[in-house]
Amino acid sequence: MVNLTGPDTEGLSPKLAEIVEEFHAVSERDRLKLLLEYSDGLPPLPAHLEGHPELMEQVEECQSPVFVSVELDGEDRAHLHFSAPQEAPTTRGFAGVLREGLHGMSGKEVLDVPEDFCARLGLMQAISPLRLRGMTGMLGRVKRQVRAAHAAAQVQ
Amino acid sequence: MALPHDPDPKLAEYAHPERLVTTGWLAERLGTPGLVVVESDEDVLLYDTGHIPGSVKVDWHTELNDTVTRDYLDGAGFARLMSAKGIGRDTTVVIYGDKNNWWAAYALWVFTLFGHPDVRLLDGGRTKWIEEGRELTRDVPQPGPTDYPVVERDDSAIRAFKDDVLTHLGGAMVDVRSPQEYTGERTHMPDYPQEGTLRGGHIPGAQSVPWARAAAEDGTFKPRAELEAIYQQEKGLSPDDDVIAYCRIGERSSHTWFVLTHLLGFSKVRNYDGSWTEWGNTVRVPIAVGEEPGTVPAKGGK
Repeated sequence: MVNLTGPDTEGLSPKLAEIVEEFHAVSERDRLKLLLEYSDGLPPLPAHLEGHPELMEQVEECQSPVFVSVELDGEDRAHLHFSAPQEAPTTRGFAGVLREGLHGMSGKEVLDVPEDFCARLGLMQAISPLRLRGMTGMLGRVKRQVRAAHAAAQVQ
Repeated sequence: MALPHDPDPKLAEYAHPERLVTTGWLAERLGTPGLVVVESDEDVLLYDTGHIPGSVKVDWHTELNDTVTRDYLDGAGFARLMSAKGIGRDTTVVIYGDKNNWWAAYALWVFTLFGHPDVRLLDGGRTKWIEEGRELTRDVPQPGPTDYPVVERDDSAIRAFKDDVLTHLGGAMVDVRSPQEYTGERTHMPDYPQEGTLRGGHIPGAQSVPWARAAAEDGTFKPRAELEAIYQQEKGLSPDDDVIAYCRIGERSSHTWFVLTHLLGFSKVRNYDGSWTEWGNTVRVPIAVGEEPGTVPAKGGK
């Protein structure tokens, strides 16, 4: 049953459901503050990617230079790495949410994340739909990299 | 009471130096009664990461636009917004922002639709303030309400609608988008999301002057002589021309509107805020592709 007033967590992993509920637990104004916390909390790139944007994929849907790299380990666990400039905190915040929500999932679970996850955070009013597109673009590219990694693993 | 103007010699060369202030002038006057500093950025969270002490945020997406119709606030909405930001009708407003002040110029243009008497840009914007190592804070002021009057928006002088542009075809027009958007090679800004335009190209007769040509390396506006060289000598525009500027949604062209109107003293410049997202989706309007302005079709021969 779809809940029309509260947060929509249908089909989400417990971690993603928790994030959606966290955003909906506060007022629209405070959702921006929460997003800023995710921006501040985005971890730096690991040493092997630092200074190597060519090893990552640029998220062209975003208004700022944002790069993403997904690595799947031997047990199909996803390791997500994002790079986004300090002067683009909204984009960094989106990256922080996806990093927190998807890191450590299996590749298959990443592919099962509903396409409208980003729209469920309740940021449409405070951020505007246009800006949210960048986040959906990030999720799309994360999934594409997982699919590519799965395909490469089958070939080997 | 309006604050005195910044007497900086570079600003004094412009047609309306009272529309700009330098970072040094502003730093000395923070906290002065009658002054409100407004930050307006592309990124809605940037203000929250640190801003000029005492400044308030105005966001174009969520605060300057009507939430339903593709239009700006009405007079009552603007009065409410001004009150919430602690701005009175006689307040001196200084606006600054990211990306060479392009969103700040957009906000200034909207303030002008409501005839706010004293609204200025911070030359160099957010970038210059930070580069100079000036103070930032995360403290958000809680301004008291003001009794800002309800002033109806006057679109006639500085705003153009699609029908105005159709009537204007053959007159002076400036397309301020990137060269690739102008030729029709692409329909959105490099590195920016596609915003859903069905046709690429430009309005026939429009000259290409990408907006950023007006900005110097440090984000300030170029000196007047350099601006004249671009818009007047190179493009042949004249200060008494009737000019329409447009871009994709009207933000970058607000920047050019500011340059032509306030820095070069053009007397009639309108910003077509429907811009390419309207024109490029409209049925049976003329479009030119390629590097040349193109031929304006005969009137009535659609």
